[in-house]
This record gives sequence, structure tokens and C-alpha cells, in this order.
Amino acid sequence: MPRGRQVKLPRLFAGRSVPIYLVALGVVVWLVALPFGSSGYTVGVVGRILTFGLFVASLDLLVGIAGLPSLGHGAFFGIGAYAAALLAQDVTAVGPAQLAVAGAIGAAAAGVTGLVTIRSRGIYFVMLTLAIGEVARQLADSWTSLTGGANGLAGVPPLQLFPWGGEIVIAGHIYWYVLAVTALGYGLLAVVRASAFGQALKGMRDNEDRMRALGYSVTGLKLAVLVVAGGFAGVAGSLWVTQLRFVSPADVGFATSAIALLCVVIAGRGSLWGSFVAAAVVIVVRDELGTVIGGRGPLVLGLTFIAAVYLLPRGLAGLVPSVLRQPPKPALGTGGAQ
Amino acid sequence: MSGPVSGPVSGPAAAPAAIEVRGLTRRFGGLCAVDSVSIRVEPGARHAVIGSNGAGKSTLFALIGGAQRPSSGSVYLGGDDVTGLAEHRRAQRGLARTFQHANLFGPATVAANVALAVRRWLGCGYRPWPDRRRERAVSDRVAQLLETVGLTGRAGTPAASLSHGERRQLEVAVALAAQPSVLLLDEPTAGMAATETRRFVELVQALPQTLTLVLVEHDLEVVFGLATHLSVLHLGRLLADGNPEEVRADPAVRAAYLDARSLAS
Repeated sequence: MPRGRQVKLPRLFAGRSVPIYLVALGVVVWLVALPFGSSGYTVGVVGRILTFGLFVASLDLLVGIAGLPSLGHGAFFGIGAYAAALLAQDVTAVGPAQLAVAGAIGAAAAGVTGLVTIRSRGIYFVMLTLAIGEVARQLADSWTSLTGGANGLAGVPPLQLFPWGGEIVIAGHIYWYVLAVTALGYGLLAVVRASAFGQALKGMRDNEDRMRALGYSVTGLKLAVLVVAGGFAGVAGSLWVTQLRFVSPADVGFATSAIALLCVVIAGRGSLWGSFVAAAVVIVVRDELGTVIGGRGPLVLGLTFIAAVYLLPRGLAGLVPSVLRQPPKPALGTGGAQ
Repeated sequence: MSGPVSGPVSGPAAAPAAIEVRGLTRRFGGLCAVDSVSIRVEPGARHAVIGSNGAGKSTLFALIGGAQRPSSGSVYLGGDDVTGLAEHRRAQRGLARTFQHANLFGPATVAANVALAVRRWLGCGYRPWPDRRRERAVSDRVAQLLETVGLTGRAGTPAASLSHGERRQLEVAVALAAQPSVLLLDEPTAGMAATETRRFVELVQALPQTLTLVLVEHDLEVVFGLATHLSVLHLGRLLADGNPEEVRADPAVRAAYLDARSLAS
């Protein structure tokens, strides 16, 4: 028995070489320093990109890692957003409290609806999640006393960090709050992916029946990943409201879910950083470029997706040369494949 | 023991059988794929189930493993009734199986395939944070299992790139990871080249005697080389059950399944 055999552990940043560290460091520095040299508008755009990126990353955990193609993930984003808005209006404007509640409600909602969806596979799973997303949008639309109906909830009170603290209204400060929460979420998602649980999710994606034969509870895994992804989506929804101070049924609807799913496709399955880059592409094309070219944003977005699917079969993640991504392989790695 | 056997073969025995099925029946509409089959597999046995295509072997395996539920009858694992237990619960109780179509986790490496099974067995399969110390234990065990099945050199290869024979070896490593008491091998040498088959038989022969093996197999050379006990299925019914010599001599088996040429070998 080769006791002393050298083995590689699936740890954070394992298998990445120095240039990637430098690129990552550069991006982080740029993100932190952004408010010093940019307009409040630019800062707001990047903040929205970060938030939407976190939402896409939560969906990627479902789709890319666990192999569960959800078309209703926007429901949990929206539920988190409404929860945060209602909390801010009626209870507390303290941001972290909103995050916690929105995350918990998003996770709980994902758990309850998950009880229905986990027994289905493939196209049936897609249809069920689509239906759940539509039910959520309908609720947001018609439960006027709670959600404000089609008008949504406007004038959400500004962010506070502490109950005794002042209101935070400066764009750069809100942005730093969003950046900090996003970074925390990114870290947590990276940890979950690298863990045994993450490996089990990939196993389920690759061969569900075999996982069952190994003694894994596939329904348990599905429910767990739905809850985790729903929680992160709820947190992203809460951050969204913190920035826009407005939420409407559109945030819950099919468009949100579908665009996030297309972001996952652009990003490349299972790529955490790709989720954020794809979110940037979509937000810039839809919200910024769209206004410049007279509302043809969705058209350009559609062309972008078609181009991405044809030109980037493995998504943005496939663009990085493998030389950069991985140093020479040790003989025995138990960490699995992307 | 020969001739058609149906209904309970034995009452409560002194030592519990590794696997026992009693009056097991599985109907698909009008078709009775497995028809009141009762088989007792002794601990440590190399028990082969043979029969022509459509005899119900695969269905019997699915019923034992828990992938399918019987229309009637019961399955006992180590003396406990597991008929109502889900597949993964049976796996946790020491029942492992390899699959007829060796489809593992294709994109993952050989080592990662085995690691998934090892983690489950070590009880850290769901842990949502990285755990260095556990991972070291996992890696040690993975290395050990790969050594057992002779795949040490292929640890870093994606499972999808393995040859057919190697994939079968990986199947065994994955199945052994849970330290099962019973291992079900579903047509393990199907589609293998002669040299691969020989190597595989050696691998199976080297497995510990405490492990009970049940195999479905078409290759009679493999069956008679390995098995200490044979059950013959024919059209869903148990045609014969006994040690290889008895079964070889059974006229009903001769008539229904084993042709003279393969018996002569």
C-alpha cells in the first residue's frame, strides 16, 4: 500500500498558476478602487453587474455543477428582493439583516418548491421550474396589498449598516457594501464547489443513477443544492433592492430567469468568474448599449447569445488557455473534472 | 437440488444468508420477468446466475439491488428484510453492484470516481466545506483501491478515456470502496477481449473470501472458473440451483440452456 503517495487535495485555487493570481489581484484592486475615479453612474452599473453576477453564480451552482437546468430561479431572486424591500419599509433598513432574511426566505422558498421538483428530471424539471417562476410572478403581480401589484414597491428606504448608523446614500459607499457582500458570496460559493458536497453534485450531474448506487441520496443532494442556490439568489435579490430601492414583478419573471440561464451558457458550465463576466456582458448590452441604439438591446442580446453558443462552445471559461489554468498535473488528483 | 423450485426454499436458517430472495416476482404488464424465484446466497459464496437472454437475470439483479421493486416476494440482506428499502439504503447496508453498461462519471478522473465512493463510505460525502485531513484519508484509500484493481497508473485519466476492460476494473474499485459485504457483478466480462477477461477473472479471484459475490454472466468459461454455486433462470423461473457439477448434470438445464458443446469444455 503506497502510504506515502503524493496526492493533490481539491482546495481553493488549487491548480491555478501565477498569471491567474495576478489577473485576479488586478481585478480586485480595480473593483475596490473604482469609486475614486468614476462617476456615480458607472459605479452603479458595476454594482448591478456584481449583484446579477452573484445571482448567475447561484444559478450556475444548480445548472453547471449539479446539472439541474432551472428556468424559475428568478423566483427566488424576486422573493429575496421583495422580502428585503418589505423589511426595509416596515421593520429595518439595516442591510445585513435584510440579507439574512432575504437569504433565509429565498432558501426556504426554494426548499418548499424543491419538494415538488426534485423527483423530476430533464425537460420535466425545466417545465416545473418554469411554472414555479410564473406562479411567483403572478403572486407578485396580484397580491397587491403585499407587493404593490404591477407598480411594485418604490421608495425603499436607503441602506443602513447598523441600527444606530446613518443612512448610506453615496453611490460609492453603497457600491463598497455590494462589493463586500458579493466577495463574501463568491468565497462561500467557491468553498462549496471545492468541497465534498460540490464533488457529489458533479457526480450527480454526470450520473445520477450511479450516485444512488454509491449510497448517495440524490433527492437529498438536489434539495440541498436548491436550498443553497435559492439562498444565494435571495441574497442577490436583497442587494439588488439595496441599490435600486425599487422592486417590481419584472424582477421575478421569466426574463430574469432566462437571462440568468443564458448568462450561465455564456459563462461556460461551472465557471464562477465566468458568471460575473457574463453578467457584465448582459447588463452592459441590455441596459447601456440598448439605450444608445434606441431600445434594440434585446436584439443585440439575442445576437450575443447566438454568437456565444457558436463561437464559445465551452463558454468564456473555455477561452482561457489551459496552460494558464493548470500547471503540470500531479499523478493522483481526487478533485474531479470541471 | 434440481428441477423447478418455487416458493420459499428454506425456513429461518441458523446463519443468515448473505442474500436471500423468497418468492420474488416482477411483472411488466402481462410479462412475468421474474416468476416466484427463491434463491439463497451463502456468505462468502461465488454465486453465478445464468440463463439465456430474457431469462430475467437483469431484472432479478435490479430487484436485489433495489433499482426496481418486486410485484411480490421479499429480499433479505444478511437476514434483514430490505424489500422496502431504497437503492441507496441497501448500498449503505453493504450491498454494492457493478453495472452491465459501465457508465461511470465520465468527465471525472479515475481517482475522482473512486473518491466519490470513498467519501460516502467515510461519511463525508455531503460535507460542504473542504477538509484537508479527510481528503488525505480519502486519497490514501483511493490509492489502495486502485492498486487492488490494477489501475494505479491511470489515476489521472478521465474515466471516459478508459478502455472497456479498464472501465470494468474501475467499476470494481468503485464498488469495493464501500467495503461491501455483497458485490453484485452484472455481466462483468461482456464485450471484453480474451486477455481482458482473463485479467478480470484473476482480479475477481483475488478478492477477499469474506466478500460474497453474485454475478450474472454469459461467458460459461468465466462462470465455471469462478462460481461455487449456480442458479439457472429460464423464462423468469428458477430452473436449477446447486453447485456447478449438479447444475451441469441437470437434464432440464441441458435441455433448456447449456448446449453440449459448452458443457464439454
